[in-house]
Parts: sequence; C-alpha cells; structure tokens
Amino acid sequence: MISVQTQDFSVADEYAKLADNPSCGAVVTFVGKVRDFGDSKNVSEMTLEHYPGMTEAVLDQIEAEARQRWPLDEVTIIHRVGPLRLCDQIVFIGVSSAHRKAAFDACEYLIDFLKTRAPFWKKETSDEGAVWVDAKDADQQAAEQWQR
Amino acid sequence: MIKVLFFAQIREVIGTDKLELEASEGLTAEQLRQQLVTRGDKWQLALGDANVLVAINQTLSGWDSAIASGDEVAFFPPVTGG
Repeated sequence: MISVQTQDFSVADEYAKLADNPSCGAVVTFVGKVRDFGDSKNVSEMTLEHYPGMTEAVLDQIEAEARQRWPLDEVTIIHRVGPLRLCDQIVFIGVSSAHRKAAFDACEYLIDFLKTRAPFWKKETSDEGAVWVDAKDADQQAAEQWQR
Repeated sequence: MIKVLFFAQIREVIGTDKLELEASEGLTAEQLRQQLVTRGDKWQLALGDANVLVAINQTLSGWDSAIASGDEVAFFPPVTGG
C-alpha cells in the first residue's frame, strides 16, 4: 500500500495490517520524524512538497524492485506532505515477510531509494528562517551500496 | 504544447509553478532549459545550477532526451524526502 497524504498515521494500525497474515514471520517498520536539527539548528517546523503523480509512480517502482529482490508479503509506504511540526512523523516504511533478513533488508532498501529517487523536498524553518534542505552524499551512497 | 512544471526552490526563485510552451521540432531537455534561462536572472539562477534534474512525463530523464508536443516536463532540485 502506497500513500502520500497530509494526515498523520498510526504505527499500531499499520503494524496490525502488515502482521495480519499466517505466513508472515517477521515485520520490520521504519518511521522518519521531524527532528530539531538538520541543515539548520533549532528546527521548529518543516514543509514537505512533492510532485503528485511522479511520486506515486516512483514509490510503486521501488516497491516492485524490492519485491524482485526479496520474498515479501506486505509492503506499506506512507509519506506525509504539507506543514509538519517538530517530532511529527514524516514517513512510514513497513515490510512483512516469512523471514527477518528479507524484511530488514527490504525495509532499508525502500527508505534508501525513497530518499534518493522519490520527488519530495523538505523546507526547514528555524530561528534563522526557512531554508530548503540540501541533498546528502551519504544518502546517495546508501542507495548505491545496493547496486554493488 | 508542452506543460512545464517547477518544484521546490526552483519554483520559488522563478515565482511560478507551471507554464505552457509551444515545442519546436526535435527540442531536447537541455535546449528547453537554455530557452528558459534566457528569460532573465532569476531563471538563470534557478535553472543554471548543475544539480538541476529533469523529468519527462514523470520519469527522470537525461538532458539530451527529446521533448514532443503533449509532454509534461518538470525541473526540480535533488530530492530530499524521507
């Protein structure tokens, strides 16, 4: 299930949906949150922009790639857009599989490629004003490690 | 006609999120970028950056890719979601 939405999500509800499968032996979830530092210090809020249509297409593609690499049961990707406050949840990645290794690896793969390929942009607001976040080499390297 | 979209700081700097243009025969993404850059300083500032990405019909594309009438072309900075 892929969703780009303004509203918050419940990790408990999403976990229950991922786990509701008799062949599922492992569920791995990741939540990304708004923290108080980024490119700026004392971040108080953030705005997430995206490219409607392309975003969903890229997330579908990334899910399809993960399913080719690992035997997965359920995959959930939720990404929020619009204004977010400190400590708000931004993104949820959840994967269920028969085995933990596939679930761990696929979850990491999905967030690594979401961060480098899905057209979302963050703008942070801090004491110093609002600035667009720069893309990070470390994120690019994390995604590239899967291609080795 | 082609539909051209701008996102994030590119949208902010040029002050518009979309426009429609007549596409010339054999136009490439790079040629379209160069045409837009000639519109003025803020266009140069927004689109002249080496890190700018281009998507044609919602697929990330190379600068030598051809653009045809009816296409949707988007210019945006490197992505920072997650």
